[in-house]
Amino acid sequence: MGLTLYEKIYQQHIVRALNASTDLLYVDRHLIHEVTSPQAFAGLKQAQRPVRRPDLTFATMDHNVSTRFRQLDAAGPTSQRQLQALAENCQQFGIELLDLTHPDQGIVHVIGPELGLTQPGMIIVCGDSHTSTHGAFGALAFGIGTSEVEHVLATQTLPQQKAKTLNIEINGQLMPGVTAKDVIMAVIGRLGTAGGNGYVAEFSGDCIRRLSMESRMTLCNMSIEMGAKAGLIAPDDITFAYLAEKRYAPTASDWPAAVAYWQTLYSDHDAVFDAHIQIDAEHIQPHVSWGTSPEQVVALHETIPDPAEFTDLIKADAARRAQQYMGLTPGQRITDLAVDVVFIGSCTNSRIEDLRAAAAVVQGLHVAPKVRALVVPGSGQVKRQAEAEGLSDIFIKAGFEWREPGCSMCLGMNDDQVAAGERCASTSNRNFEGRQGRGSRTHLVSPAVAAAAAIAGHFINPAQLQQMRSSSVSTPPASSHTLSFHHTASNGASV
Amino acid sequence: MTTYFCQGLVCPLDHNNVDTDQIIPKQFLTSVSRDGFADALFYDWRYEADGQPNPDFVLNQPQYQGATILLSRANFGCGSSREHAPWAIQQYGFQVIIAQSFADIFFNNSINNGMLLIQLSAANIELLFQRAQQSPQSWCIDLVNQQILLGQHSAIGFAIDADIKQRLLSGLDFIGASMQYQAEIDRFEAERAQRYPWLG
Repeated sequence: MGLTLYEKIYQQHIVRALNASTDLLYVDRHLIHEVTSPQAFAGLKQAQRPVRRPDLTFATMDHNVSTRFRQLDAAGPTSQRQLQALAENCQQFGIELLDLTHPDQGIVHVIGPELGLTQPGMIIVCGDSHTSTHGAFGALAFGIGTSEVEHVLATQTLPQQKAKTLNIEINGQLMPGVTAKDVIMAVIGRLGTAGGNGYVAEFSGDCIRRLSMESRMTLCNMSIEMGAKAGLIAPDDITFAYLAEKRYAPTASDWPAAVAYWQTLYSDHDAVFDAHIQIDAEHIQPHVSWGTSPEQVVALHETIPDPAEFTDLIKADAARRAQQYMGLTPGQRITDLAVDVVFIGSCTNSRIEDLRAAAAVVQGLHVAPKVRALVVPGSGQVKRQAEAEGLSDIFIKAGFEWREPGCSMCLGMNDDQVAAGERCASTSNRNFEGRQGRGSRTHLVSPAVAAAAAIAGHFINPAQLQQMRSSSVSTPPASSHTLSFHHTASNGASV
Repeated sequence: MTTYFCQGLVCPLDHNNVDTDQIIPKQFLTSVSRDGFADALFYDWRYEADGQPNPDFVLNQPQYQGATILLSRANFGCGSSREHAPWAIQQYGFQVIIAQSFADIFFNNSINNGMLLIQLSAANIELLFQRAQQSPQSWCIDLVNQQILLGQHSAIGFAIDADIKQRLLSGLDFIGASMQYQAEIDRFEAERAQRYPWLG
């Protein structure tokens, strides 16, 4: 019997079996950030243990940095203390840190791939649940807690038990305007927020094979929102092309051997998964979440569901509670919901492809009155590229704030928050109660749908904005790509 | 030494999908310490916007003061990997959580802090909720025999991974335990460097 991709990676990393159910696995990359690492370093120091492999450990500042200004104290004194602790710990233990002065600083799950730190076949861990993102490269990547961060720092290993395997096979062509974000929201809507508990989910099928790396990352990023331990996609030529010449990718002399190894990383045709679901890509519509769990989703053209019609009483109760919190009533059309805030960013949707999709929607149009809209690029590299392509110019002219990289309004640990009762169209990953600020109302959407909501002031199919664009009187945008670009961000941040 | 892992009052938190953002909201995550999270537990549910306790929230009800066993529903602890969530629950005074299911990362984080997480069928959870919501309950958790003792003649058994049970009973330092295998880690690393030189 063949092996699944997950089983191959798992087996290749066993240092030793600890008992009948648990193996000690080797960790190839350990990514750290300011929020979940200080207590781990404190534990190491207390036990007088060194970091075993500082050269396999990489740090960035992302969760509670200001995206307006680059000073450490810009998001308040406690954030500053935490950022300083990370800098001191990295200095003491010899760990490379992409701090706020570094041109490539950004969200940990954006910079890992773009620096080539993320590679197929690796085990990658980070004290952050969205570590599942890196599974897009055929790496086994999962989030861990602070005690485990300390364990990996000390030993470069982690005790693990083998997860079950789930094959999510997606075949067919996506309709125009349907993105990886819509695909994963449709999958979570079908499986539920606990549907993946105990599983590693591999995405397969011809639809997946056509997706860009950015789209694959969006898909794997939100596998945690259905409870899966990790998301996985077998690497292919698209993966290898993305990685070529990245800073930490294999050098030219190692490249052929690396690719030869990476090409062995797929689920064998006779591998047996514990569960298997099939999804027809052609039937997936643009999605919007309406509730306070990522499983509470509908298509953009649909209405708020009526809990009275639910067959599952527990889900009906949850829906009633969520609708009360979200200020919604059954039967309301999604496209009738006005938005106060639009956030384009986060480890789910802040990469160049996301910003291109959003810019294509807003080009030549302007953000609706009373809507606060911001674009927070995922990293310094994304930001520079977007500026070189003229995307930032399109956003700024349209009335968006153009920010510095960071996690920002996805979780509102800094000063980017949604106020109580405000409705936010957000390209992030969680719509939990209070996630973006106490009383905030989050609707998860793709970058194009978020951008369209900013322009219309309510949810709308981006395709419908074409009519507004043709009747718009605003200045036509400069053509991108060739544009030489210099600006000071509207918020006064240095660029 | 008692044979019970825990004996105490049960607090029923009747929700599915209790996420870590509810267990401890983000504004409390900027601390660099492992301590001081008890007051932040379930902050947005526990306190009104003006900081006054919300009398409707179960943790604020007088009959549940001093509870050490938390009872909840399915998918408890979903969401972020923040270990601040089990720290807050433990520092508030809970030693055991009983639920229909737990999110993976939260489960590991809790065990790594010596908390016992018990998973039961939906039917048993329903039964326990009926009891706990009828009148305040004090239960004994017997980890050795894997039983929740509900009263003199009433008990529910539970399953637990043998390794996790051993760790909870012995209180082993899991980093120290893995460090015993340094020589094997060295060997693995040497072989890895030879076979996959690009990995560093």
